[in-house]
Amino acid sequence: MSEAAPQAQWRAALAEGRFLLQRARGSGTIFFPPRLAEPRSGDTDWEWIEASGFGTIHAVTVIHPRPPEPPRAVALVDLDEEVRLMSEVEGLPAEDIAIGLRVRARIGERDGAPILLFQAA
Amino acid sequence: MAGDFPRGQTAIAGIATYGIGECPGHTTMEMAAKAGLLALADAGMPLSQVDGLFICLPDDVLAGLSFAEYLGLSPRFTDCNRTGGSAFLSHVATAATMLAAGYIDTALIAYGSNQRSGGGKLSTPVGSNVWEAPYRPLFPASSYALAASRHFHEFGTTRRHLAEVAVAARAWANGNPEAFATGPLTIDDVLAARMLSSPLSVKDCCLVTDGAAAIVLTRTDRARDGAKPLVPVLGAAVATWHNAISQMPDLTTTAASESGGRAYAMAGIGPSDVDVVQLYDAFTINTILFLEDLGFCPKGEGGRFVENGGIAPGGHLPVNTNGGGLSCCHPGMYGLFTIVEAVRQIRGDAANQIPGVDIALAHGNGGTLSSQATVILGSAATL
Repeated sequence: MSEAAPQAQWRAALAEGRFLLQRARGSGTIFFPPRLAEPRSGDTDWEWIEASGFGTIHAVTVIHPRPPEPPRAVALVDLDEEVRLMSEVEGLPAEDIAIGLRVRARIGERDGAPILLFQAA
Repeated sequence: MAGDFPRGQTAIAGIATYGIGECPGHTTMEMAAKAGLLALADAGMPLSQVDGLFICLPDDVLAGLSFAEYLGLSPRFTDCNRTGGSAFLSHVATAATMLAAGYIDTALIAYGSNQRSGGGKLSTPVGSNVWEAPYRPLFPASSYALAASRHFHEFGTTRRHLAEVAVAARAWANGNPEAFATGPLTIDDVLAARMLSSPLSVKDCCLVTDGAAAIVLTRTDRARDGAKPLVPVLGAAVATWHNAISQMPDLTTTAASESGGRAYAMAGIGPSDVDVVQLYDAFTINTILFLEDLGFCPKGEGGRFVENGGIAPGGHLPVNTNGGGLSCCHPGMYGLFTIVEAVRQIRGDAANQIPGVDIALAHGNGGTLSSQATVILGSAATL
């Protein structure tokens, strides 16, 4: 069993360029965001694994700020490990980010902190 | 398993709204207290009888303590439970079970918000969690937009379907003198409105108004001699599955499918028995999702259900007959107003009165399609 404070451990790993997920040893279920125990079972016997980084756009919305700020997309990404998270897709016009698009994770930086982003795979 | 509920053993004896639309110069406490006093007057009960207090205010997380102090109450039970806009329907579940158990005798549920006069923006102490905030979604609009995008993808729902919901709400509002947003609104108006967070335009979003409401609950045997028609509580059920939209198990199915099923079982009725429906329509997609999840149409058919004025005056199901959060009022937490309108419909004195209402369903939504609470109210004939 890992030490307590999984959120801090996850952030520390991200800062080192590693995108981690948790996997319950008993059920094999992978989960995110980081928690003390597997959701539903409450099982605290889990391990960190490296995310594949690959996923698919599950849902998307394009936010239209008042001009001149350009529209920007916010998406929910289904990772191949069957966990869902919110993120952004870089390198594509907002209107081209469609449900079903294959994407790959990249660790970027924003406001001086590491941030998980995605690009078209 | 529905869980035990004291079907019909408690009743709503008094209701009131206050300051709907704009209520300049008032504090949230003044508004909630005024609504509370009006609801007690409506019930013909003195303030001193209140021994159970349930309240949310946007600017005071300990509102129950402040409200008791303000009106000089000393409740035996005080509840500041906040599950978002569903809180007040959740309060009904708590109050009804406590009343039936004899733990309290008279419950006051109150709310007030001056968000329009006070600042003109949605007044909420809540925001995106740490896993979503870095991506700057509009809170809460983008969460609902994401659910809508998925509903479009899976079921062929369209912006025109969403617009039908807004247009129906406006048509009801146009018959309600209390409604804040009135005047013509067409499908094309909604489609042409400024896009906020696709597929939701500003006309797919609820209003930003002031407003207060309160209701008084007591045991049915004590409410029978009241001045107003009896409105017994037939069922009240609550379900919470997530908070953040990224953790919603299925973006097109809300926990209303659970709260609704349990509320129907408690009440001993089904969707086809419901005469009028009041849903928390923070966004147009809500109405479509809740119509499906509460069994008024199959999953995925909500868009087609609201087509051609399906839920507008003269349609096949009267929904949000006061104009809803989209056109009547939305002071930040709309939940209590669904109950007030449901009670008015059963009493027979609603602005847009539906003939012969015996059963009304009120449904509250909290968070980002997260906490769901369903209350089923009846007439005396349903006991």
